[in-house]
Amino acid sequence: MKTNPQDLKTVLVTDCGSTTTKALLFERREDRWHQTFRGEAPTTVEEPTADVTIGAVNAFTEVQELSGRAIVKEGESPFVVTEGNPSQGIDLYLSTSSAGGGLQMLVAGVVRNITTESAERAALGAGAIVMESVSADDGREDYERIEKIRHIKPDIVLVTGGVDGGATSHVVEMAEILVAASPRPRFGDTLKLPVIYAGNAEAAEEVAQILSKKAQVVVVPNVRPTLERENLGPAREAIHEFFLSHVMSHSPGYGKLMSWSPVAIMPTPAAVGDIVQMYAKQTGQNVLCVDIGGATTDVFSVFVDRAGVHSFNRTVSANLGMSYSVANVLVEAGVGNIARWLPFDLSETELRDRLRNKMIRPTSIPQTVEDLWLEQAVCREALRLSLDHHRSLAIGLEGKREKGIADVFKQSSERYELVDLMRLDVAIGSGGVLSHAPSRMQAALMLVEGFGLQGVTQLAVDSIFMMPHLGVLASVHPQAAQEVFENDCLIYLGPSVVPVYPAKRQAQGELATVFLNETRIGSVVAGAVTTLATPSSGSGVIRVVPSHGFVDVGAGPGKPFEREVTLGECGVVCDGRNRPFVLPEPRAASQRTVFANLGLLQEGAYV
Amino acid sequence: MSKALTPALAVTSRTIIHRRRDLPIAGEVLVTEGDVVIGSQVVARAQLDGELRLVRVAELLGIPASDLPGALRVREGDAVQEGSLLAEIRGLWGFFRSTVISPIAGTIELISTATGHIGVRAPSTPLDLSAYIGGRVVSVVPHRSVAIEAESTFVQGIFGVGGERLGRLRMLAVPATTQLTELHIPDVAEGEVLVGGHSPTSAALAKAVKAGAVGCITGSIDDRALRDYVGYDIGVALTGDESVSMTLIITEGFGSLPMSERVLATLGAINGEVVSINGATQVRAGAQRPEIIGPMCETAHREDGRERSLSVGARIRVIRVPYFGVVGTINDLPHELVRIETGASVRVLRATLDDGRQVTVPRANVELV
Repeated sequence: MKTNPQDLKTVLVTDCGSTTTKALLFERREDRWHQTFRGEAPTTVEEPTADVTIGAVNAFTEVQELSGRAIVKEGESPFVVTEGNPSQGIDLYLSTSSAGGGLQMLVAGVVRNITTESAERAALGAGAIVMESVSADDGREDYERIEKIRHIKPDIVLVTGGVDGGATSHVVEMAEILVAASPRPRFGDTLKLPVIYAGNAEAAEEVAQILSKKAQVVVVPNVRPTLERENLGPAREAIHEFFLSHVMSHSPGYGKLMSWSPVAIMPTPAAVGDIVQMYAKQTGQNVLCVDIGGATTDVFSVFVDRAGVHSFNRTVSANLGMSYSVANVLVEAGVGNIARWLPFDLSETELRDRLRNKMIRPTSIPQTVEDLWLEQAVCREALRLSLDHHRSLAIGLEGKREKGIADVFKQSSERYELVDLMRLDVAIGSGGVLSHAPSRMQAALMLVEGFGLQGVTQLAVDSIFMMPHLGVLASVHPQAAQEVFENDCLIYLGPSVVPVYPAKRQAQGELATVFLNETRIGSVVAGAVTTLATPSSGSGVIRVVPSHGFVDVGAGPGKPFEREVTLGECGVVCDGRNRPFVLPEPRAASQRTVFANLGLLQEGAYV
Repeated sequence: MSKALTPALAVTSRTIIHRRRDLPIAGEVLVTEGDVVIGSQVVARAQLDGELRLVRVAELLGIPASDLPGALRVREGDAVQEGSLLAEIRGLWGFFRSTVISPIAGTIELISTATGHIGVRAPSTPLDLSAYIGGRVVSVVPHRSVAIEAESTFVQGIFGVGGERLGRLRMLAVPATTQLTELHIPDVAEGEVLVGGHSPTSAALAKAVKAGAVGCITGSIDDRALRDYVGYDIGVALTGDESVSMTLIITEGFGSLPMSERVLATLGAINGEVVSINGATQVRAGAQRPEIIGPMCETAHREDGRERSLSVGARIRVIRVPYFGVVGTINDLPHELVRIETGASVRVLRATLDDGRQVTVPRANVELV
């Protein structure tokens, strides 16, 4: 197979998910790359088949049938490789994977909001789910930590602790606790558990010696060499290597799958993270991307930090989702928070039972509009909760270096939240509830209300969740991935405009005036949600002028804000409700007005 | 080409059930291939490591970790009792003796001169693995697992809480369409699995527990009653480890749904027999549903194991509003996508519900009954 970008014209990429394996064909036509055909099949990593390649070949076969291109053949490699006849075969096969629950990790550090947090960021950025974090200052007794650790079966453990040159005793203690707990690996219980040490370099030898009694240890540079600097790259690379050598190679059928591609299989979230980072850097924008699935919600962000560097973060809210985890959104958000987004009244009992029934029959779909709105209300709360979680971990570091470990606990002033919705340029929604919402306006409203967007934000959804495929494609052919991402993957909905102002101000009437290419197209009115018509494609310069000195639309109180935006079928979504949301009573009636203004109510409904 | 599978919970009076019983760690298998076992029989055993208690000896004695060897009164591998002397130091002229004793009985596993800690491992505890179902041992993996096979009655529920239990099945004198209240629960139900009614009240469940029941199988449950029963709101459909003394299995869903006639008839046929039940539910990939396994019913036809699929004339139950819980018969399975009320275009079926209504329903919203 070919890997030189210049030689590539046809690339087949799969994402082997927990339930579905999705195969996409990417082709270069007339000097531009496009996503052309798509096939999917149930993932076959579980018993009774227990061989991921069966589902993958089923998905390839569907692409073959739809495209008419010969792709699959019998033999060691299942692919027809393009030779001579460019209308047959493929040039390259790539894959990502999150099957079997994805990459599951345990992280351990010394100080919760310093080294442990850096370890979590390294693990999450590498595409892992963090099953448990332990810290020397987490308030637990040693035996409690040991008890907790011994009952989980991680794929990989990441141990950190201390800045380089600092005290070594705490991280050595943590190593002893790990050995005492002796966690067993999820796969291959005859194998030693993979452990990565990325802490204080001076403790490396001692820690490695202790851990090597029970684990296969790799030492990499410290994730937190100084208090004000992170170095996550080496730990992430080590995670990826262990992922391939210890997790993938022991998962059913993955040895064969890996042999089919000259490029390493990537964890699905890592691939999504890569494409989001590439997009943010190439367009120079601050990006927030959410993938809301059935069981989990992943949030990715790239924000320029105070040092002017694009800072990437990923979090996974493991139990916030739209089907398997839908009842957990109910538990975490509460009935009231979900019901507030509904344009109709629903009893608490009915709401609870409906969501419980969705939980136990996760593949069912809404048949009535009210049921659809209930799912979309759940989505708003899942977005809100997962963004809260993301903000707590997407932290910028800045400040002077302190002298000793005792000072470490005083560093709260050195941390700042990276996610600033006023500086957010693009919000991207992915996952069935957003990508496949029957109306794009519904998706736009879910993003605006769920994230509580502020200022001027470009809204977009992923057309068919191809970001994992594009992430791994980018590792070989960045230009192709970028082209497809912008042309076929992202569906721009249009911008949202949300003026905000201090809660003590009582704003009424017009909050801001909106211009598109110097032409006034309308205004944002306090308390009202409306849409301003624009062409449904192309781009333009939007200018928003606050009507009061205390109103901020992104450039500071009273100052006009201007930027270029890509237009979409939702026009300009204007939300005149201040943040945080205080929805007027009766809530159902106020939401009915919002839905009606945006054309989301069927004629005659709720009149 | 991939194919869509329509979920259908198994309800059969005669099928081959195969259960593999795995030890969590290597141990000893107590049966051999061909043995006939009963559900409560222990078929494998392992020794689980006791907890390791770290004692911060250097810190407690107020000495540097490097001075620990001089204070030690034990060596790695030594057996100690609770209160045994681990280390001591004496002050000037032998006065002011400071000691550290073991907080638990066990074995010295770790002595660290880097941190000054001593690790005491508590004795291991035996783990007995039962057969869970009665049947014949069909395979053994030495030190690891046993597979048991039996021709059985097999009924899957839709959701449950609580783990594996064995008990005698008792059909309650309550119609499927009636809410299960404490009036329907007998005063004594020691070791029994109670079956009947729907949406049990919290008082009914409490009475069943008090009466000694090990299981309760009912048509449906109200979300609040479930919360009352387990003591908290269940967020994710991953159950089986709840700390409840009675396993609860619902066969239809949440709300007020009667148990299906088929389930009722199948369980009724083994009334009074010992059954194995498990409420463990995992709705994610590799789905696991709660189950009731009992002796096969001699008069029943053996299930041929073929996957059933949607077809005209098949009996279905709708699993989503606006027809949630209603049973009917498929009239038509159009190939083309149909736009439904939400605006989505999906594959549908047309059916006549048992109440006479003619309806169009997304195929994703039905299950075979």
